[in-house]
Amino acid sequence: MRHSELTGTLLGEQGVMTLAQVCRVCRVREETIVELVAEGITEPAGTEQGQWWFDPTGARRLHIAIRLQRDLGVNPAGAALALDLMEEIDRLAVRVQRG
Amino acid sequence: MEFKDYYKVLGVARNASQDDIKKAYRKLARKYHPDVSKEHDAENRFKEVAEAYEALGDPEKRAAYDQLGSGWRTGQDFQPPPGWHGGGAGRTHAHEFTAGDAAQFSEFFESLFGRGRGGFASFADSDHDASSMGSDHHARIAIDLEDAFHGATRQLSLREPKFDASGRVTMQERILSVRIPPGVRSGQHIRLAGQGEPGRGGQRGDLYLEVVLNPHPLYRVDGKDLHLTLPVAPWEAALGGEVEVPTPAGTVSMKVPANSANGRRLRLKGRGLPGTPAGDLYAELQIAWPPAHSEKARELYRTMAREMAFNPRKAMGA
Repeated sequence: MRHSELTGTLLGEQGVMTLAQVCRVCRVREETIVELVAEGITEPAGTEQGQWWFDPTGARRLHIAIRLQRDLGVNPAGAALALDLMEEIDRLAVRVQRG
Repeated sequence: MEFKDYYKVLGVARNASQDDIKKAYRKLARKYHPDVSKEHDAENRFKEVAEAYEALGDPEKRAAYDQLGSGWRTGQDFQPPPGWHGGGAGRTHAHEFTAGDAAQFSEFFESLFGRGRGGFASFADSDHDASSMGSDHHARIAIDLEDAFHGATRQLSLREPKFDASGRVTMQERILSVRIPPGVRSGQHIRLAGQGEPGRGGQRGDLYLEVVLNPHPLYRVDGKDLHLTLPVAPWEAALGGEVEVPTPAGTVSMKVPANSANGRRLRLKGRGLPGTPAGDLYAELQIAWPPAHSEKARELYRTMAREMAFNPRKAMGA
């Protein structure tokens, strides 16, 4: 049976996502995002919480941090450390690619 | 449906303590978590492990599962015994952390324990009246870099509740065909409004599809940029010149400046993932040496050694 093709909206394509969008995609309350921002997981643009904008990289870091907390029992500080280490591993991996 | 040996999945004995089960789960969860793991098929392995822990980590569910006995083997054709009612169906037990993404458990699990929500407090549930309006569905799809570059259409199979006239729920499979636009970045979400799970009232939430890029043998993807280790001949690096560089859109010619050192990064602007603006492709030069396999090659190397007076260890005092 042929299924008609669906086209959705690519989130963050304008380069930014709002706090509400991030909350909905990550399925958490605003307080959770605020806590992770306080931990330094990412730095939103905008001075007040009501005006926060997240770039796609930052939104992705938040989402991964939330999943690490939820699935592996890591706290926000541990999630931040894990993210930094994983990025470092990615950078190193490409250098040994053609070892 | 197929039987699943949850003890085997966690690698514990049938008489393992709850502590042992928890420890085994945590270790495997770390090993196979999709955000962390480099293992083959990590996401499915993680779901398997999470489901096993959901069953065995709860003493009630574990007791019910144990009643099936030790005679079953993984993959064996299985139906719940007549008169079966699952331990704590629909109720979930408190983990310190919940097992995996919101409850897409296997048919086997649901036949034993009913359709719970995995103990995960869904953001969508708190704002929607899940019983009538339906809730958001979150799914993930893995695509290759070529699909992200050119765009693609993918089929997606989702399991969702179906409500009959008396309000009873069965799970049914739904197949969607989704357009993946070109230039999509790894981790980016596509929102399909009104394609989420239906509630009793027939209305659906939204479908959030997370796109994940499979690792590519040549390129490392960083947002919209691509990174490539590019082998060059010693004379290409020393003398400079044009070299052919692979890109997802085909090979392009790139100028290598003379006296380029090993590890030098050169940028091909706009040759990364498409977009406004398009990403770039970074080629890191790696000098590859012709092997000294023939007398002619060895003579050429001896000439270089003689004529070039080059001591790479001079700065070390050696």
